[in-house]
Amino acid sequence: MKAPLRRIWGMIYRHLAIYRGSWPRTLEVAYWPTLNMLIWGFTARYFMHVQPGAGAAAGALLAGVLLWEITLRGQLGVTFTFLEEIWSRNLGHIFVSPLRPREMVASLLIVSLIRTLIGLLPATIIAYLLYRYNILLLGPVLFLFFVNLMLMGWWIALAIVALLFRYGAGAEALAWTIAFGITPLACVFYPVTALPVWLQPVALALPSAHIFAGMRTALFQHGVDWQDLAWAVALNIGWMVAAILVFRGEFRRARIRGALISIGE
Amino acid sequence: MLLFFKKEALPSPFLSLTLGTAKRRAYPSLMDAIIVDRLVKRYARTLAVDDISFTLPRGGILGLLGGNGAGKTTTISMLLGLLVPTSGTITVLGHDMARDRFAALERMNFSSPYIALPGRLTVAENLRVYGHLYNVPKLEARIGELVDKFNLAKFLHRPAGELSAGQKTRVALAKSLMNKPELLLLDEPTASLDPDTGDYVRTVLEDYRHETKAAILLASHNMGEVERLCDTVLMMKAGRIVDRGRPEELIARYGREDLEQVFLDIARNREIAA
Repeated sequence: MKAPLRRIWGMIYRHLAIYRGSWPRTLEVAYWPTLNMLIWGFTARYFMHVQPGAGAAAGALLAGVLLWEITLRGQLGVTFTFLEEIWSRNLGHIFVSPLRPREMVASLLIVSLIRTLIGLLPATIIAYLLYRYNILLLGPVLFLFFVNLMLMGWWIALAIVALLFRYGAGAEALAWTIAFGITPLACVFYPVTALPVWLQPVALALPSAHIFAGMRTALFQHGVDWQDLAWAVALNIGWMVAAILVFRGEFRRARIRGALISIGE
Repeated sequence: MLLFFKKEALPSPFLSLTLGTAKRRAYPSLMDAIIVDRLVKRYARTLAVDDISFTLPRGGILGLLGGNGAGKTTTISMLLGLLVPTSGTITVLGHDMARDRFAALERMNFSSPYIALPGRLTVAENLRVYGHLYNVPKLEARIGELVDKFNLAKFLHRPAGELSAGQKTRVALAKSLMNKPELLLLDEPTASLDPDTGDYVRTVLEDYRHETKAAILLASHNMGEVERLCDTVLMMKAGRIVDRGRPEELIARYGREDLEQVFLDIARNREIAA
């Protein structure tokens, strides 16, 4: 194995070892997606009971719950994994090893992907077993939704890690709140037009509004809205580039200010 | 004394006459391990390191002494690339740390009892992680060697966070030798160790230097340790190097019996004995 890949594997191994040795940690990965699916699944079933014609809307609700979890888990997977280094006061060793920042980011993204897949599996199975809802019926476009929602979670996470470099562990709360905070603007359960007119440009600047519009097209019209998907991809690329620039800038400033030494304090 | 250090900062005439820059990079073993030239670190209101220059030859052990706030940690952080200097240059194992720090970091290592290893990972897992980060060949065999050297077998499969302070220090030292570094930076390497284990660790470090010709930079408040291990000592105060020399030279110059008294003289601004 080449040295860069080995360093990335070293970091992945470091985080997988935590989950291997701690069942509460492993449980936590799947806890919230499963709980959300249970709550919204029973809610959807109740709606269908009182309004038998609401099957499509209930399906959109469950699909929205599952797909938005991709972004939330993707973001938390990166920031939680980085915070783990702060909590264990290990960053001093990491940053004086030959691990390049880009390799550290690559390892964070891969651990995030693993966490997201593990976290969503029980919720997906529960959706099928309890509510007879199969997300895979969305077809191949589901993969494109997944990739775009994951990317959105990642650029949010990189921006949060940049803030951790700038403000230290005091900014930890951002890791838990930012992605949840933008949920109203993500247009997961309703179209952009449901928002006040002045808020719509903000929502449209997020890839999620386009992805979930595409999801509703796939669910209700059984087609793919390529224009929405193209917007989502373009916005994700733009936001990702911006997040990488912010990350690099804050990492450099942290090295100037000495924040890498005191980040956990 | 200044000349002694400045002379080492320059390439030897042999190198200058026979090797160009590119070839010198290809033969880093012929160069000083550390060359620090006019290093300054200024924060908004504090001058943490004030125009220091020194070299550490390969195979040498340099002690960095000074009270709290003297600039030792800032200096070590800059040597490790954790901190960007305000001005000045650092060359480590032939690599300019401003432009090529990762090439140097692959060949050096660091240990401090004040920076933890992941506490939830076992000792073996920790060593494995750092073995991968340093791209150590035949990793399991190398871990076996370190386990024997530092007597880690009894707690190899226990979480690092559950170890005693002394055991943690031994694990951290094992981690620091994982890649057989040509340069080792140690911050208080025997803090928290009982005298017997501390002596054992000092012997390991002496042996390591003898076997590998590695250079060691050591920050310590244990003056006995510094006298025993270090060829040369830098005395730092308020960000400046206020004196330097071999431990026995400093003791003689200040008319004292040991380095601890010299340290106190410098810390308390006493004049050098006539």
